[in-house]
Amino acid sequence: MKLSIERSDLLKAVSQAQSVVERRNTIPILANVLIEAEGETAQFRATDLDIEVVDKTMAQVERAGATTVSAVTLHDIVRKLPDGALVTLTDDPIKGRLTVEAGRSNFSLATLPKEDFPVMATSEYSANFSADAPVLRRLFDKSKFAVSTEETRYYLNGVYMHVADGDGGQVLRCVATDGHRLARIDAPLPDGAETLPGVIVPRKTVGELRKLLDDDDTKIAVSVSETKVRFATPSITLTSKVIDGTFPDYTRVIPQGNTRKMEVDASDFAKAVDRVATVSSERSRAVKLSLDEDRLVLSVNSPDSGAAEEEIAVAYGDERLEIGFNAKYLLEIASQVDRENAVFLFNSSGDPTLMREGNDTSAVYVVMPMRV
Amino acid sequence: MDCDAFYASVEKRDNPELRDKPVIIGGGRRGVVSTACYVARIRGVRSAMPMFQALKLCPDAVVVRPRMEVYAKISRDIRAMMQDMTPVIEPLSLDEAFMDLRGTETLHKAPPAVMLARLVNRMKDELGLTGSIGLSHNKFLAKIASDLDKPRGFSVIGQADTSRFLQGKPVRMIWGVGHATQEALSRQGIRTFDDLLRWDKEALALKFGTMGERLWSVARGMDVRPVSSSASVKSISNETTFTEDTSDLDLLHGHIWRLAEKVSDRAKAKDMAGRVAVLTVRTQNFKRLSRRVTLRDATQMADTLYHAVAPLLPQVMEQAPFRLIGVGLATLVPVDEAERTSDLLDPQAAKRKAAERAADQIRARFGTDAILKGRSLK
Repeated sequence: MKLSIERSDLLKAVSQAQSVVERRNTIPILANVLIEAEGETAQFRATDLDIEVVDKTMAQVERAGATTVSAVTLHDIVRKLPDGALVTLTDDPIKGRLTVEAGRSNFSLATLPKEDFPVMATSEYSANFSADAPVLRRLFDKSKFAVSTEETRYYLNGVYMHVADGDGGQVLRCVATDGHRLARIDAPLPDGAETLPGVIVPRKTVGELRKLLDDDDTKIAVSVSETKVRFATPSITLTSKVIDGTFPDYTRVIPQGNTRKMEVDASDFAKAVDRVATVSSERSRAVKLSLDEDRLVLSVNSPDSGAAEEEIAVAYGDERLEIGFNAKYLLEIASQVDRENAVFLFNSSGDPTLMREGNDTSAVYVVMPMRV
Repeated sequence: MDCDAFYASVEKRDNPELRDKPVIIGGGRRGVVSTACYVARIRGVRSAMPMFQALKLCPDAVVVRPRMEVYAKISRDIRAMMQDMTPVIEPLSLDEAFMDLRGTETLHKAPPAVMLARLVNRMKDELGLTGSIGLSHNKFLAKIASDLDKPRGFSVIGQADTSRFLQGKPVRMIWGVGHATQEALSRQGIRTFDDLLRWDKEALALKFGTMGERLWSVARGMDVRPVSSSASVKSISNETTFTEDTSDLDLLHGHIWRLAEKVSDRAKAKDMAGRVAVLTVRTQNFKRLSRRVTLRDATQMADTLYHAVAPLLPQVMEQAPFRLIGVGLATLVPVDEAERTSDLLDPQAAKRKAAERAADQIRARFGTDAILKGRSLK
């Protein structure tokens, strides 16, 4: 194999590859990226056996062929090469080496045979649809903060993507929760998504997917089966196993009868929470909200480190209420709000609180209070 | 102060029939000896010896199951007597504690030796128990002194006696030097304190790390560690050794529940909660494995602890069968920092907690066996 490729194209392809490969891997081939050259394209494939990413890019192919080489090392080399350089990759299968040449730099890397590289089995997808990058970006960005990291509840270690009944008919919905907070984000149902089986997209896949969504004009081809999900742009294909588990019935935990309504400027609120939380103890991070007519007092009182109080103007017309939260949870949900106002709906100091953006029910957050 | 055969002495005190019999405190046939009375010790029975071996040495021994609540109560009584002498007490276990008696002579108008003699007399008169005293100028020597002429011992190692006392003594006397360290030392030709004195500090540190530095100091009779009453409990754990090695999941889960309850009881008694739940097992070839999980919220509830520890069991099942299983709470915090946020996805948790609190109250009134979970009967 021999090919030449623009440094920036190569960097893009190998940086995606090196973030997918498992670093602590005990199977050497899984640390490698499979490079295949044919016609006018070079294809870079990396996998951790759960996720596979394939990046196809234009290249001048002198000699077709394929080999595998350490994704991290290749990435580190390309990263350090000067911008605009033309990089030539030459494979010597007899010596088991790949030569990387750019200008006066010359590297020789150990390779492993391409036959040993595990390629993810193709599967039948039961739903195929196309979605605009900004739509997927919103669905996953606003929900991923609530994904659980608890290994014992592995079925919460991802974003649950499924079809649901929203306010105006069927919607494409993403839900994530760790038991302390929950995010439920809706988007209009794309054509072809009606048959989508509900799947739990793993946290790592969500992270990798995010890299495909930066460009507003990109259309993403989404394919879903019971066991796999695939997101593809014209050049990159990301295929991932989904979490084999049942996502809990979240609809029961979204409070319906919360009537005490507080409306607040989201960014003022987030900044105030952040300020008073400075003195909260490392362990608890508890912030108390004291609500009275059109007045919210945020306070922290930690015997070890000190106290803080800040008052902000809100719209609130219900009875007095005192309720505590983990500052981190409050900050995270407040920072999801794009428009100006966040609407909080409380019940009692022991019940879950609901938050949404204005009157928009397409993004709803639930947070459990904390005893203060 | 170190009580003499504490658990066994308590049992003999409470049941005079046992007075002249060999008494072993410990679990069932496959358990381990936790204490042997002096009669049993004459026959070669030692603490931590497997029970079957102890019974081989001493077939007529009376085996008594430990009554931890009783021992804990007596321990508190002894602690109170010590409090009358000094506020600086560092308990090592229920029956053993360091006391810093510096400066107390002016207060009590009697030197520490006299005060300590009064302490053991009080223990004998008020509690019917005996203890041994080791009096010295640091913890390392005091601990050695307390073991010198047990039971009812009273040994003093003064500053001036120190180097003469340590001369020719084996290094295994040093607290913390177990079999492994002894062997490593012996490979370097170090068997006695005299051997240690031939090494300089750097060489010992190079060879044995921080342990080496400590060895250098103690070889010279020095130990700067203070008696620290604030050394708080870092973890609470309970374990059980099986009658027969087992890989029976039902049985193991039954034990996990029972142990979680015990740990929870102790946490509740101390008003503490733990942020880390720990599962420990010992395999057939005595390998100890432990798995831990950090909880999002500290807990002292048996139910929460059980639900955190039970999922860890599959991670070690490959190494089953086990001869021992243990459950613990670590990274302890005061209880008011525990369980402050409830779980959205587990609305039943509040009810289970209320049930557990109610069961605790029933036990407090009618005894520990008054109400049990079916799970613990397996």
